[in-house]
Amino acid sequence: MNTEAIKELLYKMADDLLIIGHRNSEWTGLGPILEEDISFSSMAQDKIGQSQALYVLLHELGEQEPDTVAFTRNANQFHNAQLLELPNGEYDFSLIRHFLYDHADQLRFEALANSSYEPLAKVARKVKGELKYHVFHANTWVTKLGSANAESHARMQAALNHAWNYALGMFEHSTHEDILIAENIFIGEDSLQDKWLSNISAVLLKAGLSIPSSDTWNPVLGGRKGLHTEHLGPLVEEMSEVFRYDPTAEW
Amino acid sequence: MIISLDPRVNRAAIEADNNIEPLKDLDQWETYEVFHQKRRGDQHMHVGIVHAPNAEMALIFGKEQFGRRGLSVNIWVVKTSDVFTTEYDDSDIFETVPEKQYREAGGYKVMDKINKYKKGL
Repeated sequence: MNTEAIKELLYKMADDLLIIGHRNSEWTGLGPILEEDISFSSMAQDKIGQSQALYVLLHELGEQEPDTVAFTRNANQFHNAQLLELPNGEYDFSLIRHFLYDHADQLRFEALANSSYEPLAKVARKVKGELKYHVFHANTWVTKLGSANAESHARMQAALNHAWNYALGMFEHSTHEDILIAENIFIGEDSLQDKWLSNISAVLLKAGLSIPSSDTWNPVLGGRKGLHTEHLGPLVEEMSEVFRYDPTAEW
Repeated sequence: MIISLDPRVNRAAIEADNNIEPLKDLDQWETYEVFHQKRRGDQHMHVGIVHAPNAEMALIFGKEQFGRRGLSVNIWVVKTSDVFTTEYDDSDIFETVPEKQYREAGGYKVMDKINKYKKGL
């Protein structure tokens, strides 16, 4: 097994989950209605839990403790796609991002349930139910707001347009793409993107929303290699503030 | 500007004299009653209420409000307005005269027979 390739895969997945988990948790107490506030916060906690499961795998491969990895790196050491670090904006954007990311996340884990790297396959099988609910939640909101009234439709379409090229950036190639595929560790980003496009297209059609025309597609790359927007630094700082205050504290 | 210990509130840059117009009465989603089932085959039990614009949203909210602790295998939602109830003013319909022991399990004198049998042993 190629450990470097696996580590890179684990890092980008774990960082995606940690950053979106933190972003989504920023809605706690500020959600549009109580029931949604609780649901969105609960899913954010699921994401943090999933990221922790992956940081534990990284620790088993020789990386530092999960808390150390999560809370002591600088922004340029994170491998998340830029989509996930963007500010929450209004609820339309947060929902569309949740929709675009969670469909990809579900398919990624689904493919990894058959990975030749058994520890990751095990995690993938364990989170299946959580991801199914997250996608169900996203689909329900997107379908409802995509067609509720003119304002909700316009907002959702604008949010989708804004998020689109960032979303394509989720599928940035790894330098180890060929090894991952050859060793049956992962199906690769291109296959994942194809499956993702087909799944989200079906829901967006139902929601009356359109994917931006393909001649405007221009994936925002770099996140996987540590290149980030100016928004990730303050997020990391806020997320790790308590940890950095006393890194040796027992919780 | 409202200054808070919560950085999210500071980021929102809320004016201190912000006049928030309160929602009008009933300018909200209707309610759904949520029932959950602990095990397949068990009866569904009422666990609470959620606000939702349709049944599907009520299901996603019901799952997360009442089913997130891993204690459920199934959830029902029913529009509150579709639930018909008796009136509390009429709760005397549940009262019954006590002189009808023949209708209750305790009214059967089987214990006497059992005790008699035990003594006979």
